[in-house]
Amino acid sequence: MTPDLHLWLIPVLPLIGAAVNGVLGKRFSRQTVVAVALLFSGAAFAMALWVASQFSSLQTPHIETLATWLRAGDFQADFAFYLDQLSLVMLLVVTGVGFLIHIYSVGYMWEEGGFYRFFAYLNLFMFFMLTLVLASNYLVMFIGWEGVGLASYLLIGFWFTKDSAASAGKKAFIVNRIGDFGFLIALFLMIQHFGSLNFTEVGTLWVSPEFGGPPAGVWTWIGLLLMVGAAGKSAQIPLYVWLPDAMEGPTPVSALIHAATMVTAGVYMVSRSHAIFQHAPEAMMVVAIIGTLTALFAATIGMCQTDIKKVLAYSTVSQLGYMFIACGVGAFSAGIFHLMTHAFFKGLLFLAAGSVIHAVGGEQDMRRMGGLRTKIPWTFWTMTAGTFAIAGFPPLAGFFSKDAILWKAYSSPYGSWVYWAIGVFTAFLTSFYMFRQWFLTFFGEYRGEEHAEESHGHGAHGHGGVHESPAVMLVPLVILALLSVCGGWIGSERFDKFLAPVYGFTNGSHSESQEIQPALRELQTRTEENGSETLLTGISVSAALLGFLLAWQLYHRRPQLPARIAASLGGFYQAVLHKYYVDEFYATVFVKPLIDGSTKLLWHGVDRDIIDAGVDDSADGVREVSDTVRHMQSGNIRSYAGWVAAGAAVVIFYMVWMGTR
Amino acid sequence: MVPISYYLILGGILFACGVTGFLIKRNIITIFMAIELMLNGVNLSFVAFAAQWKALSGQVFVFFVMVVAAAEAAVGLAIIIAVYRTRETLNVDRVNLLKL
Repeated sequence: MTPDLHLWLIPVLPLIGAAVNGVLGKRFSRQTVVAVALLFSGAAFAMALWVASQFSSLQTPHIETLATWLRAGDFQADFAFYLDQLSLVMLLVVTGVGFLIHIYSVGYMWEEGGFYRFFAYLNLFMFFMLTLVLASNYLVMFIGWEGVGLASYLLIGFWFTKDSAASAGKKAFIVNRIGDFGFLIALFLMIQHFGSLNFTEVGTLWVSPEFGGPPAGVWTWIGLLLMVGAAGKSAQIPLYVWLPDAMEGPTPVSALIHAATMVTAGVYMVSRSHAIFQHAPEAMMVVAIIGTLTALFAATIGMCQTDIKKVLAYSTVSQLGYMFIACGVGAFSAGIFHLMTHAFFKGLLFLAAGSVIHAVGGEQDMRRMGGLRTKIPWTFWTMTAGTFAIAGFPPLAGFFSKDAILWKAYSSPYGSWVYWAIGVFTAFLTSFYMFRQWFLTFFGEYRGEEHAEESHGHGAHGHGGVHESPAVMLVPLVILALLSVCGGWIGSERFDKFLAPVYGFTNGSHSESQEIQPALRELQTRTEENGSETLLTGISVSAALLGFLLAWQLYHRRPQLPARIAASLGGFYQAVLHKYYVDEFYATVFVKPLIDGSTKLLWHGVDRDIIDAGVDDSADGVREVSDTVRHMQSGNIRSYAGWVAAGAAVVIFYMVWMGTR
Repeated sequence: MVPISYYLILGGILFACGVTGFLIKRNIITIFMAIELMLNGVNLSFVAFAAQWKALSGQVFVFFVMVVAAAEAAVGLAIIIAVYRTRETLNVDRVNLLKL
């Protein structure tokens, strides 16, 4: 008998917070709103910590069923929560980083309108995200999956009076719908072929010897469709376009949803579906290729962005690409490890960027920053920690996780040196654009105006000059900075071991899985050959160092040089600057035909000319007929009687006439 | 024995008188009497046929008609009194509140 941990409380606590703030928040003072929001998200975090402390005494996976949701024939889906090593890691990351960002938001959003609305949405997001990671079947996961999309839409469009924010929210929602479509079809295929959506059953069916399993093509299709869903949520090629635009939302939202947690849901989902992907090597290859391309593609775009948040957005897309490389080569735990460290350092970078934006009064263009190092030292040092961590300098968190992914990309039986080479090149680019941002923001001369009072939705900060953020914003920064520095010291080996039961390697009950998947067992053993690993690590660290030196040369020592290089590159630079014209391409190829088709064919053609016209014509016909007929209804009783008598006379004459024939 | 056609012709004349009265008179009471006249024209045909075919059902029908006519007379006269009290007229053309 396993103890009942009341796992359902973890997602429901933030939901209560969202409901209280959402319904009553308008009448609350700001202090009360903050108290409610922090109390419930903090309670969820505390509960997650308590669950973690109980974890060693549990049998994994620990499943708690609340109620039956659907039952149709043999198929059944329950409201059930699922706790194993993987969901525990996600649980701690989501509640922990989420709670820190709640604290930070108190300072960042203090002077904004709709304060209570912001925290209600934020708590609502926590509810859906926790549902997503704690779900015990794909259907409950789908609730969370859609719910975080909704919360993301609401928060991107938080400043909904601003046109760009409103349309960015819509773009995110619509692009995500495309991915969700793939996910949903994958679920239908699972129901058809497995008769179940439970992780335990979908995951173990292939282990049992008597179960032959569906044909290989089905595994591949399910895998590919799941990847479509993951590409939508986690902003991979070709569906990544929404994430950079999502930066229209408030910065804490970018940190929480669009860097640390929601966008990693795709990685979590692929990792959770490892049993399916292990049966579909083609699908895994597609995952790895998409990840590799996205990592490289987004990193090159990131090099030319001038908006401090856009750089981080493309960097997020690129880092998510790394996680998909890891999943694609079968190193799921390395992907989750990078997910965790990325949540720390990218959350930190976004929050620090928010602190910078706060400091310079709403300015987001790095070309108008500079020299902020001495003016906002806390922000500078924490952001430095984040920058070095993402660039992959040892011994910071990013080094360990990125190194683990690159090594697996090279050494895994599913891997290839191509993934590794592109990965290392991307690491160089990552280091370059991050240090470019670092130098542009914190070094050199201050290039902004002294009272940068203008648009960017954040102009409400009417303080004079550059100033450090309040302590309530700095404390989360410092904690995340510490995590970014130390988070990797767990080491990917230990992390692998911790997650191993999830993926069924060392667990005795899953021994058959090793026979079915010799390649993956080989992966385990080959990880232990450390000879070439040191060399590869050296190469990737020197790539990071090279990126640092190049950025230092270009943006610190000789700041006039980049413009000259840009001019000499000409067309290519223009293409990168305009993000390879992908948005324009999508607009011409998909959006415009859709709008034209909807306007000309569906609206003008079908709706106006057929449906509306049909309704109008029949109404006109009825009116014309009644115009003539209504004179019969004079209201004169005797005229009615006359009609009755005339009618009777007609009937009688007719019958007599018929009778005499 | 009087041939049945005589009765039927008399019934038809009575009915026609009723219809004519119903159509051309404006006084509610006259209209009411015209309706009774039509009913009795029909009643006459019923009893004529009943006598002709030696069947009782025709007679029974007439009883029913007379009972219904009596009930109708009671209700109808009550309505007429009510109408007169509110409208102070018995002219049907001026009882037109429900008209647009």
